[in-house]
Amino acid sequence: MSKRTGKVLAIHGNLLLVELDCDIIQNEVGYVLTGQQRLKAEVIRIRGNIASMQVFENTKGLKVGDIVEFSNQMLSVQLGPGLLGRVYDGLQNPLPLLAEKHGFFLPRGIIADGLDLNWRWKFTPKVKAGDKVTKGVPLASVRETLFEHLIMVPFNYEGEYHVEWVKEKGEYAASDKIAAIKDANGKIIELTMVFDWPIKVPIKAYRQRMMPKEAMITKVRIIDTLFPIAKGGTYCIPGPFGAGKTVLQQIISRYAQVDIVIVAACGERAGEVVETLREFPKLIDPRTGKSLMERTIIICNTSSMPVAAREASVYTAATLGEYYRQMGLDVLLLADSTSRWAQAMREVSGRLEEIPGEEAYPAYLESRIAEFYERAGVVELNFKKQGSLTIGGTVSPAGGNFEEPVTQATLKVVGAFHGLSRERANARRFPSIDPLESWSRYKSAISQKMIAKAKKILLKGNEVHQMMKVVGEEGTSIEDFMVYLKKELLDSVYLQQNAFDKVDAATDKERQEYVFAKVVSILEIDFSFERKDQARQSFYELRQMLIDFNYKQRESEDFKKQEAKIDSFLKKD
Amino acid sequence: MRKVHNKILSIVGNVITVRAKGVTYEELAQVKTSYGVSLAQVIKLEGDIVSLQVFSGSRGISTNDEVRFLGHPMRVSFSPNMVGRIFDGSGQPRDKGPSLAENLIEISGPSVNPAKRIIPQRIVRTNIPMIDVFNSLVVSQKLPIFSVSGEPYNELLARIALQAEVDMIILGGIGLKYDQYMFFKDTLDAGGALGRSIFFVHTAADPIVEGLMVPDLSLAVAEKFALSGKDVLVLLTDMTNFSDALKEIAITMEQVPSNRGYPGDLYSQLAARYEKAVDFQGAGSITVLAVTTMPGDDVTHPVPDNTGYITEGQFYLKGGRIEPFGSLSRLKQQVNDKTRKDHRAIMDGMIQLYAQYKETEEKRAMGFRMSNWDKKLLKYGELFESQMMDLSVNIALESALDKGWEILAQCFKAQETSFKSDLIEEFWPKDITAETENKHA
Repeated sequence: MSKRTGKVLAIHGNLLLVELDCDIIQNEVGYVLTGQQRLKAEVIRIRGNIASMQVFENTKGLKVGDIVEFSNQMLSVQLGPGLLGRVYDGLQNPLPLLAEKHGFFLPRGIIADGLDLNWRWKFTPKVKAGDKVTKGVPLASVRETLFEHLIMVPFNYEGEYHVEWVKEKGEYAASDKIAAIKDANGKIIELTMVFDWPIKVPIKAYRQRMMPKEAMITKVRIIDTLFPIAKGGTYCIPGPFGAGKTVLQQIISRYAQVDIVIVAACGERAGEVVETLREFPKLIDPRTGKSLMERTIIICNTSSMPVAAREASVYTAATLGEYYRQMGLDVLLLADSTSRWAQAMREVSGRLEEIPGEEAYPAYLESRIAEFYERAGVVELNFKKQGSLTIGGTVSPAGGNFEEPVTQATLKVVGAFHGLSRERANARRFPSIDPLESWSRYKSAISQKMIAKAKKILLKGNEVHQMMKVVGEEGTSIEDFMVYLKKELLDSVYLQQNAFDKVDAATDKERQEYVFAKVVSILEIDFSFERKDQARQSFYELRQMLIDFNYKQRESEDFKKQEAKIDSFLKKD
Repeated sequence: MRKVHNKILSIVGNVITVRAKGVTYEELAQVKTSYGVSLAQVIKLEGDIVSLQVFSGSRGISTNDEVRFLGHPMRVSFSPNMVGRIFDGSGQPRDKGPSLAENLIEISGPSVNPAKRIIPQRIVRTNIPMIDVFNSLVVSQKLPIFSVSGEPYNELLARIALQAEVDMIILGGIGLKYDQYMFFKDTLDAGGALGRSIFFVHTAADPIVEGLMVPDLSLAVAEKFALSGKDVLVLLTDMTNFSDALKEIAITMEQVPSNRGYPGDLYSQLAARYEKAVDFQGAGSITVLAVTTMPGDDVTHPVPDNTGYITEGQFYLKGGRIEPFGSLSRLKQQVNDKTRKDHRAIMDGMIQLYAQYKETEEKRAMGFRMSNWDKKLLKYGELFESQMMDLSVNIALESALDKGWEILAQCFKAQETSFKSDLIEEFWPKDITAETENKHA
């Protein structure tokens, strides 16, 4: 086959116009040849024999007339064993490998395999010759860190196949032929452990999608109790800078009760990823006793890395997430931040000279955001197992104003909204999720009745607080003042959580149920105080005791002692 | 010999177009006019139509002026001879020294591999208590100073430059007023720091486009020095002018503006510069301090807003002081546990009390009656502002911590503060008693 090529006609930023000598595919990958380098680019628009392509690299030094070679493939990632624990850029180039080869910087035009194809895996077949299989059905499994990694029939193989042969139990390299399947026409296809999948196409090799019902415990109290996330659901965290979005995502990535976590650092500070990069290998996952890195994949396209690759990075992350979901695992994808991804779309749209929508975002912004979050879900797989992909994205609204297009488009499609507020962050109330503005459509693991009681106090207490700002403490009745104190108590001892304390940083479901019931029962007590400063003093003491209670290991001696102390304090009054 | 083009097709804003072949993207060209020679950079290629932004502006360019392509992108010389020198926004000498042409390096090079970055761990001492104690500056940090025009931000920058323990200072001035440029030069000279400084200065009188190159020139040179083992402090003032220059070019190029006229890629453009801040393991480092003036003291203005999302905190300069509330150093936790054991306690404790003072101050202004505790807070606030916050206070971190205990002891009894008892035992000054207590008791 002769090479399919084109010629550069125009260059503007990272956008090229390319004159074609052949037929091409929308979203096909091409390589621009400049000097000794091959710069990866993607077709994003075709008009007649002219294609618009976005280049995933700096375009400095390109010129009109440079040759573009097409690859006959859409922008894809490699799927197979060996993804866990890796650190990739937005196009699945392993960053530590590039660092080994090229030092401090990321030179242009460097492409490396996402997977180590020579690595040998312990292979166990799951089918035998003659078995009937369809896409997504496991042919075999290998052991990858903590998981049974399924080697499946690639997801683009429509129809029914019969297993022709499969390798017996043993050690094989990822690129070895491990099985062959025969289609209805008798054509035999040989398979390895690895195949490619285009990142912008959702994987649909499952029987049906199901309703996300089961709560995904994050061990963040305000989330699990008041604004829960479901396995297979979606949520977003919008907030101004400095409100603690990234810290919250990091906490969730550590403690969330899922099998696999994919962290997509999309257009954010490199320094923050570094913390994850350097800390995770050292942190022990309490559930498995192994390093957190063994269940984590990091996709890292920070703010100074090329913009087009930033746009691709969230799709890369979603594809890897869907791949592990296909094995019947629970996967959590954390995208930080989806605003940077939307801005990447805006930059490209601007260069394409498309008619802009609000704030110059492209008109298709909403549908792209919806498409992305729709890749989450609980599915029943083709082999009777269930898997889920949960997607949580942070949003960085300009000026902290939620009325902007990305926040609004996201709110339309997600199942839970954790709005961070600057006021709470300034008052050092962390996590700074606003309990009055946030919401969730998923069912909490905690009893609804108690939640309703707590929410009522939050709402009423806030009203009193607002009023007190005008009329002062003197003008507030003692009854109202009590409501305000109760709201403050609930806020400081339950909604706030100290991320830097070993015990308080993560509260499991059982403890949440226990402590929440305790706190709500305190809120229901009809305290009678004569004077306000007396009431305030008592509540301060109570608060300190409950905060100390939060720091005690559950079921420990201290925990029980502290509880007894609180109980006796309550009896006294 | 490169071909000379002498037919300029269009002149719009500071952008000209010519018809030329074989030109590369971001290549430099010389435009020779009757007023002199200016550099220009290719910003768009479309068939054989080449758009160039002219650094010295398009005023006075004739349609038959010569355009000569140089065959390379923007470069800057890198050599030890640069130290102590002053250059303009095109990298040409602004002082009377010779032009440097050896060892040319390309600017705006590739970004650092995140896998090669390390967790920052070295404090940069500035002898300004509001920084050292409350929001420590850390090697490899990128930090803007948010402020309204008229605030002494350049004075602050110059002071940090003089007092910070770094090997080299690179000052990038963008749209700097001439007197401010002279101020930097004189202050650094008087402080004996000119010998370890390099200036890239674009003044307000220079054509606006020329200012666009200043951050890239400064950071490219800084990067080379850092790789050779130097700890470099890069000062950029003022990045709002840089953003405004970007805006001007974007509008001239008929790009769709996103927010208040700024281009959609403002975030990426700013990030590409700020993210050059780095600590090279086994070599030197780059720390970036930049000034971002906020039009109308509005932190939601696109420039401070985008900057805030990129940088690792900000110093908020208001009323001639670094405000403790708007200011934040995201990296301070990495270093302030290794300085002195009372550092974090003083940092949190004093700020909490200062917040209480602010509330009391509000109550007082509204005419509420002042309790005994309120009076103590008022005294504390006054002392804190005059002896800690005031920019003229110039003491080492340890003295500042001692000063903190002193102020506390002058206002409160030890048990009225929420410090841990072992810290009080060790640090609380025993020879000072709170005076207000005696007066009002």
